[in-house]
Amino acid sequence: MTTIKLKIDGHTIEVEKGTTILEAAKKINVKIPTLCHHEDLCVAGNCRVCVVEVKNRHRLEASCAVPAEEGMDILTNSAKVRNARKDIVSLLVSEHNTQCTTCYRNTNCELQDLAAEYNVDGNRFLSVLKPNLSIDKSSWSIEKDDSKCIRCQRCVRTCAELQHVNALTAANKGHEMKIATFMDLPFNEVVCTNCGQCVNRCPTGALTERRYFDQVWEAIGDPNKHVVMNTAPSVRVALGEMLGYEVGTRVTGKMVTAMRKMGVDSVLDTDFTADLTIIEEGNELLTRLKKVVKDGDKSIKLPMITSCSPGWVKFIEHMFPNHLGHLSTCKSPQQMFGALAKTYYAEKKGIDPKDIVSVAIMPCAAKKYEANRPEMNSSGYRDIDAGLTTREFGLMIKQAGLDFKNLEDTAFDSIMGESTGAGVIFGATGGVMEAALRTAYAVVTGRKVPFENLNITPVRGTDGIRAASIKIEGCLPEWNFLEGVELNVAVAHGLKNARVIMDEIAAGKSKYHFIEIMACPGGCIGGGGQPIPTNAEIRAKRTKAIYEEDMGKPIRMSHENPEITQIYEEFLGEPLGHKSHDLLHTHYQKRHRH
Amino acid sequence: MANNQLKRVDIIFSPYSVAPYEILRLTMHKEKSDVINELIESGLRGRGGAGFPTGLKWKYLAAEQDSEKYIICNADEGEPGTFKDRKLLVEVPRKVFSGMAIAAYVTGAKIGFLYLRREYRNLIPQLNKELDIFNESAKKFGLDFKISIFSGSGAYVCGEETALIESMEGKRGEPRNKPPFPIQNGYLGKPTLVNNVETFASTSMICRIGADKYKALGTDDQHGSKLFSISGDSPKEGVHELELGMKISDFVEEFGDGDTKAVQIGGVAGFCIPRKQFETSIIGEGNTTGGATMIFNSTRSMYNVLHNYLDFFAEESCGQCTPCRVGTQQLLKGIEAVKSGKKPASYLDDLIKLSKTMQITSKCGLGQSVTNSFASIIENFREEMIY
Repeated sequence: MTTIKLKIDGHTIEVEKGTTILEAAKKINVKIPTLCHHEDLCVAGNCRVCVVEVKNRHRLEASCAVPAEEGMDILTNSAKVRNARKDIVSLLVSEHNTQCTTCYRNTNCELQDLAAEYNVDGNRFLSVLKPNLSIDKSSWSIEKDDSKCIRCQRCVRTCAELQHVNALTAANKGHEMKIATFMDLPFNEVVCTNCGQCVNRCPTGALTERRYFDQVWEAIGDPNKHVVMNTAPSVRVALGEMLGYEVGTRVTGKMVTAMRKMGVDSVLDTDFTADLTIIEEGNELLTRLKKVVKDGDKSIKLPMITSCSPGWVKFIEHMFPNHLGHLSTCKSPQQMFGALAKTYYAEKKGIDPKDIVSVAIMPCAAKKYEANRPEMNSSGYRDIDAGLTTREFGLMIKQAGLDFKNLEDTAFDSIMGESTGAGVIFGATGGVMEAALRTAYAVVTGRKVPFENLNITPVRGTDGIRAASIKIEGCLPEWNFLEGVELNVAVAHGLKNARVIMDEIAAGKSKYHFIEIMACPGGCIGGGGQPIPTNAEIRAKRTKAIYEEDMGKPIRMSHENPEITQIYEEFLGEPLGHKSHDLLHTHYQKRHRH
Repeated sequence: MANNQLKRVDIIFSPYSVAPYEILRLTMHKEKSDVINELIESGLRGRGGAGFPTGLKWKYLAAEQDSEKYIICNADEGEPGTFKDRKLLVEVPRKVFSGMAIAAYVTGAKIGFLYLRREYRNLIPQLNKELDIFNESAKKFGLDFKISIFSGSGAYVCGEETALIESMEGKRGEPRNKPPFPIQNGYLGKPTLVNNVETFASTSMICRIGADKYKALGTDDQHGSKLFSISGDSPKEGVHELELGMKISDFVEEFGDGDTKAVQIGGVAGFCIPRKQFETSIIGEGNTTGGATMIFNSTRSMYNVLHNYLDFFAEESCGQCTPCRVGTQQLLKGIEAVKSGKKPASYLDDLIKLSKTMQITSKCGLGQSVTNSFASIIENFREEMIY
């Protein structure tokens, strides 16, 4: 390792060669403001807010983009630097829609913070905001408001680098330069997977999720409506960030109480249908394996790939439309929940399903789109009436005037409120795989999966693609055909990595039997509906909290969930049965590539 | 201060009576390091406007240890008031290609491109004919180097070398962060030399006449001769080859119409010199050397001139970085507001300050150079901006 010495604000510091000035400054706790910089993304160097003075150079340098050099003498807070930064922030404000009071990102906006820090005078420059810019609300999931865009291109880089989707790109030049979709088509007509990663990284309110909480309040206030809310596993480990808690704090019990106090009629858990997904998907996998291994059926596609991430599902529909047979036909836990809320739940509670409003609280932007997919009405109604993000939900708690920190912990309602640790870990990348293996291994061999405390660590972690093999030995008689089979599995998160997996499959070179794919980096804990900001450290803390929640659960295998046993006995009959087919499974469609 | 008389020179366009690519053939008999040293010795600086010493650039590329290197001739001549490169490509393309080939010989590059401005695409058939001759000659001389033409898409900013490279890679023409420079990390991530058309033509002529003869021309700071694209209120519009280092008063004497009030040197990215400074300003000292020289007589409104420039910048900024994208719009709107009385005259000073911020914070030469013409016009023709 070669190191270099330089001076920053008078302090001598030694750093590894290749370190940027920004990173070097961070090491000695000097905070240089940034806008276009994001640690998940490549360097852009286009906002110029991070400029610093290098002695004996006339021009300032963008500290995010310029590597530290031996002997550099840097000033991060000289008059020249401050004046330049103030000018730059003023320029950004002059092309910005400054109606902050009505902005969804009010009080959580990086431009607002900088304008405040530098005490920018709004009259310094003339407004060059383009008049008559309209907001694109065509998508179920994402709204795009060009009047709030600062052209930092974080969204463009997110969509290209992390997701390999390229739904957004820089278009035009000069004063006409903007961030646009292909041919400036509406968001709902382009290749966008609705993953919302761009929303998570947008420093302002230019990209936001489409909000539905007003409709939810309306339903809660309507005495004729029975509002059923379900919350996804990763919401409980991130919601606290919006309500004054440290990152990585679990707030499950308080969250449940808050929903009840808000007036929700029944507070249920998506983790229940996560457990149910494991039963259905696990059986689907075993059936596929049986058909391939035992019957030699060539029409069956392997590897089978999970289908709980709606961003991933739309990605494969656009990018690999000829390989949809690899997707599990299982609906996502959200959609299973919706379909059962208006059938099983309605029946058991004696409520007319037309009066039930099912609301899903999700870490996700794509779940809004998924809820509105036309085929998602197998209950005879819209299975999910509204999908909200963790952010919207946090805002609703604030609107309700609840003193969240002082709420008592309570438990989910029943039925459809009981879950296992296996359902919980759906929230982190690798979790669906781990949950599926815990159950599948037990079903096939009658024994627990051979990992300490059921923790299948090889599929955990943050590597973009992780692979593992489990040798199946000592099968129960009916699964004899699997004896000695080495089950190859893989886990991928972030659509960039999904593409690598799919390219292998398309080339006929995939060695896997079963693959878990999540659209978002880190899985749902890094979902497009989670609190802003996001970075690797935040995602790691949320993941840790998810596994803690798992360890704290008395039951940690989906098939041991008593409510699951109950629903098969009382309603569904058997996994992959007739009712399951109608309510819990779905189909996919081919889509274009622009 | 240098004070050369205005002197016409005839090096670049001088007739070429020897066999095709004879200069190349002869140069290939010399040691590579000798060729580079001769170029360094000649004092030639890049003729695109930035003025980096050409010999050094070649030396750096030769030192790069990579089997794949590229030579790119920047013919994206988009600076308003510049048309010298077109004339070179029409009249003496052989000298340009010779220069590229000599660069290839001394640096080990095997592939060359002529990045041709979109609007010059009508030149492609005749350039391709010349390239056939070139490729044949190179083969005969045993030089493994092929040149092909790449047509740009019409953005001014692609004249900036890294934006040019991005555009060649099929991407949006946006300048890159530097470092790394193209010499280390250029086209397709490989070491790449980008020089202007006139620079390449000059290198081949230096190889022909020798560094001493070339160096004898010009000033201590700017050696040699230079092509000037002269336009505006001049009875002698066109491309003229002149020795560097003449006083502007001499230049105006020769090319003006007797009523010259200002000369814009170095295109819209250069400086505007008012009459009162004609005696004390030297072409090639402290001002850019792209060669675009626009002459304005007293009938011209300098407000309109500046407005025109700013309109151009606001449209041709790539839009990537804040100071350039928004700054150019602010300068344009700002002078309009002062003219119409919406802003006080003192706002012009605020705008000059802004243009200085643009100079020190913009990502590439486009935004960095706006202040040159902006400040020099505002400072020298302030009344015209207000009334």
